[in-house]
This record gives sequence, structure tokens and C-alpha cells, in this order.
Amino acid sequence: MSELIQVIDSYGLIVAFLVVGIIMFLSDLISKKVFRSKIPGSAIAIFLGLVLGYIGGIFGGGEKGLSDIPIFKGIGFMGGGMFRDFTIVATAISASFLLIKRSGVAGMISLLLGIIIFFTAGVALGWIWGFRDAVTLTTIGAGACTYIVGPVTGAAIGASSDIIALSIAIGVVKTITVTVLTPFLAKRIGLNSESAAMSYGGLMGTTSGVAAGLAATDPKLVPYGAVTATFYSGLGCLICPSVFYLILEYLL
Amino acid sequence: MIYGIALLAFSFLVGQWIGTLLGHWIGIDSNLGGVGFAMIILILTKEVFQRKGWYKPELEYGVDFWGKLYIPVVVAMAASLNVKAAVTSGSLAIAAGIIPVVIGFFVFSYLNKSQKTS
Repeated sequence: MSELIQVIDSYGLIVAFLVVGIIMFLSDLISKKVFRSKIPGSAIAIFLGLVLGYIGGIFGGGEKGLSDIPIFKGIGFMGGGMFRDFTIVATAISASFLLIKRSGVAGMISLLLGIIIFFTAGVALGWIWGFRDAVTLTTIGAGACTYIVGPVTGAAIGASSDIIALSIAIGVVKTITVTVLTPFLAKRIGLNSESAAMSYGGLMGTTSGVAAGLAATDPKLVPYGAVTATFYSGLGCLICPSVFYLILEYLL
Repeated sequence: MIYGIALLAFSFLVGQWIGTLLGHWIGIDSNLGGVGFAMIILILTKEVFQRKGWYKPELEYGVDFWGKLYIPVVVAMAASLNVKAAVTSGSLAIAAGIIPVVIGFFVFSYLNKSQKTS
């Protein structure tokens, strides 16, 4: 037994391939047998991933979900920034440059609109919850954009660490919400074309949430949503601690 | 197949480089759209290769392999998010994480419909 543990310990990433493979297999099975393919297997797999992340958080007691449990540490590497970004870029090979160029302007407009909507809504909710100072409200609003914009903004304008942690939590909840709701609402909101996916990515922002949500909706839309969403965090980091912070400070 | 992966790696690195440079240049210490630039570089390189006749199915296979790994990687990412903290860190985190998204869905739906009718 100790030999097996030793092997698992030395080849974390390979263990992750096996574990994720099993999750995908079970999800496809659940999709076919329980939901009669009405909910795609990938949506179930991502949801199962989140559940495992929650369970891992309880047993591992760390900040990285399941990957804080030593035998599953490879999951954290597989789901880390390097693999995530590399595989997102790879999905672009099936995208059409003409389509992206044609919807580029609409994508850029939706980016700006998305950041304004999420920031404003975040600030309004922070206000309702009783926060009144510009630094805290800006950090909360930035967290409502993505879990990257939140801490970058908070650090830039000098927010306290518990507020920064809160902004990360808001961003993670957003990612999860977008991931879970996208496949359910896609039909109703008309998210069914490449250009719609580009506007959607710009409006919602969270690259992981948008791409995961689209993957569960229709994999061929992933590169279009991701190509705009990827600029969201960068743009958010740019305008939240500068323009938006100054506006809030002026208003308060 | 390795040529495809190398092409992907090339696009990825150049894109991230541009993103980091842009971030530094503007004065925010983070990557500004590196993934987006990488995607655009990959698409453009594909166009050029196709025009020159260098584009082989074998090459696309190397890139496609990684593209198909995207969903499994996202599952791994979901499993390594701090879901517990997100769920338990108080009502504001939940509200500010969900309500704006719902507003976003409404705005998107409205924009989408008005765009189609016009």
C-alpha cells in the first residue's frame, strides 16, 4: 500500500488525468441515464468538480479545494493557470478570423458595458450591506468583475486584507454562477451564434466561467467567448483602481 | 504533431509576452489580455500557413489535442477552486457574485434581441 501511495505521490499530474477521466466518464453516464442527454455531460462534470472542490475544502482545510489533499495535488496543477490558458488558446485553431474581425467592435463595446454593469452592481450591493468608504466599495465592485480584478484593485488602492479576501470570494462565486447558469439559460437569451458568444464573453468577463459555461453549452462557441472575455480582467484592472475609484471618491 | 504543439507554444508565449509588456507599459502589474493576443496570433499564423501550403492535418492534430483537453482542465480547475470559502464567506459574497450575473443575463438577452430585430 505504501508503494502505491509513493507512486501516486510522485506522479501527481498523471493521477489527475485518471481522476478527471473518471469524473468525465461518470458525468457522461449520469447525463445519458438520468437526464437523457438534456444536460450535457461536460456541465455535470464541471458541477461535480465544484462539489469536489467544496468537499476538498472541508477535508483539506486549504484554499485550493481538492488539490490541498496530498494525493490529489496534481489536480491543482492540471487545473492551474498554465494548462488553462494553453488549452483555451488551442481552442482558437477552430475559430474563424473573419468572424472575430466582424464582431470585434461589438465585442469591445460589450467589454466596457460588462465592466460598468458588474462594478456598479457590486458597489450598490456593498452600499446596501453598509460599507461607505470609497476604497472598500471600489474593491467590492472590482471583485464583482473577476477574482483577479478584485485583489489587483484592492492592493492598488490600499484595501484591507479581509476586504481583498471578500473580493476574491465574490469573483469566485461569479465564476461559479456563470459556469452553472450559462448552459441552462443559453437558449432563452439567444446565445447560439459565434458573434453572440463574443458579446457574451465581453459582457460576463470571467474567462474561466464563460469558457466553461460555453463548453457545456456548445463547445464550438468557446474560442469566441474566450477571445473577448480574456481582455475583461486586464481592462478591469486598468479602470477599476483608476477611473472608477476616482469617480467613487468624488461622489462620496 | 509536435510542429502543431510548437506552433501553439510559440503563439502562446508571444501572446503572453505582449500582454505582460502592455501591462507594464500601462503601469498595472498584470497581464493585459495575453490569452487573447495568443489566440489572435494562432489564428493569423494558421491563415498564413494555409496560404503558403504549409498547413498539414498532422499540424492541426497537435493543436486540437490541447483544445480538446480544455473541458477536463476546467473540471480540474473547478475542483481546485476555493469553493468552501466562496460559499461560506458571508451573504455579501454570495449576493455580489450572483445578482450582477443575473443582471448581466438580462442585459445580454435585451441587447441580443434588439440587435436581431434591427
